[in-house]
Amino acid sequence: MSAHHLRPEHFQALFDPRGVVVAGAATHPGKFGFVSLHNILASGYEGKVAGTNLRGETVLGIETVPSIDDLPDGEYDLVFVCTPASANPDLLRSAAAKGIKAAFITSAGYGEAGPEGEAAQAELIALGAELDLLLAGPNGQGVVSTPSKLCAQIVAPYPPAGGIGIASQSGNFVSSFQNWAVWSGIGVSRAVSAGNAAMVTVADYLDHYADDPETKVGLAYVESIVDGRAFADRARSITERMPLVVVKGGATEGGAAAAASHTGALAADDGVFDGVCRQIGVTRAANVEEAYEAAATFATQPLPTGPRTVVMTTAGGWGVVTADAITSSDLELLELPEDLLAAVDEHLPPRWSRNNPVDLAGGETRDTIPTVLELIASHDEVDAIVYLGLGIQSNQARLMREGHFYPDHGLERIVAYHERQDARFAEAAAEISDRTGKPILTATELSVADPANAGPAAVRESGRLCYGSANRAVTALEHLWRHSRWRQRRGLPV
Amino acid sequence: MAALGYGRRPMAAPPNAGRTLDESTSKNLLAEYGVPIAAERVVPDADGAVAAARELGGRVVVKLCGDAIAHKTERGLVRLGLEGDEPVAAAAAELLALARPEDGEVEVLVAEMVSGSRELIAGLHRDPQFGATVMLGVGGILAEAVRDVAFRMVPLDDVDAEEMIDDLATQRLLGEFRGEPAVDRAALVAVVRGLARLAEDRPDISSVDINPLIVVDGAPVAVDALVELSAEETT
Repeated sequence: MSAHHLRPEHFQALFDPRGVVVAGAATHPGKFGFVSLHNILASGYEGKVAGTNLRGETVLGIETVPSIDDLPDGEYDLVFVCTPASANPDLLRSAAAKGIKAAFITSAGYGEAGPEGEAAQAELIALGAELDLLLAGPNGQGVVSTPSKLCAQIVAPYPPAGGIGIASQSGNFVSSFQNWAVWSGIGVSRAVSAGNAAMVTVADYLDHYADDPETKVGLAYVESIVDGRAFADRARSITERMPLVVVKGGATEGGAAAAASHTGALAADDGVFDGVCRQIGVTRAANVEEAYEAAATFATQPLPTGPRTVVMTTAGGWGVVTADAITSSDLELLELPEDLLAAVDEHLPPRWSRNNPVDLAGGETRDTIPTVLELIASHDEVDAIVYLGLGIQSNQARLMREGHFYPDHGLERIVAYHERQDARFAEAAAEISDRTGKPILTATELSVADPANAGPAAVRESGRLCYGSANRAVTALEHLWRHSRWRQRRGLPV
Repeated sequence: MAALGYGRRPMAAPPNAGRTLDESTSKNLLAEYGVPIAAERVVPDADGAVAAARELGGRVVVKLCGDAIAHKTERGLVRLGLEGDEPVAAAAAELLALARPEDGEVEVLVAEMVSGSRELIAGLHRDPQFGATVMLGVGGILAEAVRDVAFRMVPLDDVDAEEMIDDLATQRLLGEFRGEPAVDRAALVAVVRGLARLAEDRPDISSVDINPLIVVDGAPVAVDALVELSAEETT
C-alpha cells in the first residue's frame, strides 16, 4: 500500500460514508460544487448531506455553512472537495477535527501542474497522513458506490448496481465503463477515478475491492506504472481473490533505449507487460469495450472449467463465423459426442447439422430451444455454450406491430407469442447456466440495434450480458477460460 | 536479409552499455545453467583450427571470437559448413586477418556444425519497469521483424515457462516440422529456467541473447550467445 496509515475503515468512509460534505457547494449549475451535490442528491443517497459555501447560500435545498467547523461532530465520514487548492490544507484540518476519515479531492493545481503543484501535492499528502485521512485524487472526477447509492462525482452517469469494481487513472474511462453498464444493465459496485493517485493508487482501490463482498471483478484502466514490479506483486495477490481486467494506455517506456541485445529490442513494445499479465493472472483487454464486456462476463457467468465450447444457432451463417472465432481462440470447438447427437436427434428434424455448431435449421417447435440447450449444457464434455439467434422472431413481431395491419389478421396473437417465446429462451439460458454451473453466452446484434427487442431485453432482465456479436461473446468467454486455466494450473480454486 | 533482421540493433555498443563476454565464454556460462551448446574448441591459429576440426569430426563452423566482438554476422566473421583441413585452415587465416585493432585479443572458435530448419531465440532482459525478465521466441536473423516472443518475470516456475511456449503465435513451428520431430518442450523449459536462475545468481549480467537456438532433431541447441555485463558492475 502506498500510504501505510490506510485501514479498511478509511475505504469504508470513502465508499459507504454515513454522511457527505460537499466543500465548495456552488449555486451555479455549471460548477463542480453544484454538479457533485446534485448528483449525490439526485441518485438517492440516504446518508446525511451537507455543503460549505463562503456565503452560506442555499444550494439545491441544502442550507450550506461557511465552514466545516460549523457542522456537528461525528456525523460525516466523507468530504467531497471542490475548493481551490489553496483552501484545502485548512479544510482538511477542519474535516479531520469533525471525525471525517476520507476526502475526495477534485481540485486541480497539484501534481499535474508543474513543480509548484507537485510540491503542493506532496504537502497535501503529508498533511493527510498526519490527520489520518484517506485522500482520493487530487484532480479526480469522483467516487460511485451503489450499495450506498452514492454518486459523488462531477460527471455522469450513475450506473446500475452490480458486481464490477472500477478504478481508473483516467476519470473519463470511469465514465466510459459506467456508460457501458447503463447500456448493458450489468452494473457497478464501486467506481473511483484515481486522479493523480497521490496517496491512493489504482492498485490500492483494487486491493480493497478484492476483499469487498459487493465486488466480484475488478476493472481498471492504467496508463503510467511507476514501479512495475510492485504493481505486479500487488496484482498477483488481487487475482488470487478476484478476476482483474486491465486495459492499458501507452507503451511501457524505456524498454530498449539503451539495449544492445535482441532481447532488449524485442522488449521495446509492451510484450513485457503482456507477459507479466499472463504470469500474474491479469485479464488484459485490448480496448475499453472488450475490457468492460470481459468484466461484465466475469460478474455474471460461472467460470468455465474447460475450453470445450458448443455453439447453438438457429441459422447457419452465424454458426460458421462463430466456429471460426472459437477455432482461432484458446477455446475448443467440441466435436459432438455420439450420445449427445442421439439425444438431440430426438428433438430435431433430420436436416439439422448433426455437428457443432448445432444448427437447429429452422426445425424448432415451441420447446425445442430450451430442451436442446438443456441437453447440451448437461453433457459432461461440454464446458460452455454460445447461443445465437435470440430475438429474430421478436424482430418480425416488431415489424408486424408497427405495420398498419396490426392487430388484425391474427397479428396481435402471433406478436405476443413471439415475444413471449424469446423472453422464455433468454430466461432458460440463464436458468440452465445457473443450474449446470456452465457459462451460456447469448449473442445478437439486436442487443445493440434494438435493445427493446423481447430477446435482448429478457437477457438483460435475467442479469446477463447480451453480446452485440458472436465474436464479442467468444472474446469474453476466452478471457474467462484463460483465467480459469491460470487458476487451475496454479492449484487455485475455480 | 541481415540488415532487415538486425535493423534496430546498433552496430556499435551504446555509450552506457557494459562489457560483453566473448561467444565461447558466454556459451560456457550458459552451459553451466543447463543450456545445451554445440561442441566447440577455441584455438589461437589456423593449425589449431585444423586440429580442432579433426577432433570434432564432420562439418564445422569457424568464427572469430573475442570479448569485444558482438556482431559477427554483420562483419562477416562466420564461416559455415567447412569440411577438410584446407578449407578450415583457410577460413581461420582469413578471419584472423579481418581482426581490427579495437577487437583486442582474438581467437578462433571451431564448432560442430549443427543444423535444423527451426531457429528460436531466448534471452534475459532487465526491464526498467518489471526487473529481471526472460524471453523465448522465434529466432534467427528475422527475430526482430517477426516479433513472436513471450516474456515472463523472474522468478518463474515450470508452469510459467510452459505457458511461454504456448504464448508463441507460431505454434506450427513447435510441432513436427519438415520431417523433424516436435520440439522437446521440457528442454525449452530447462533453457528458460536456466536463464531465470542466471538472472538471479548474477545481478551483474544485464542481458543475454541466445540466437539462434537451433532445434536439432527436436532438441534446442545454442549456436550463438552473447552475455552482456552491466556498466556499473564492471567499471
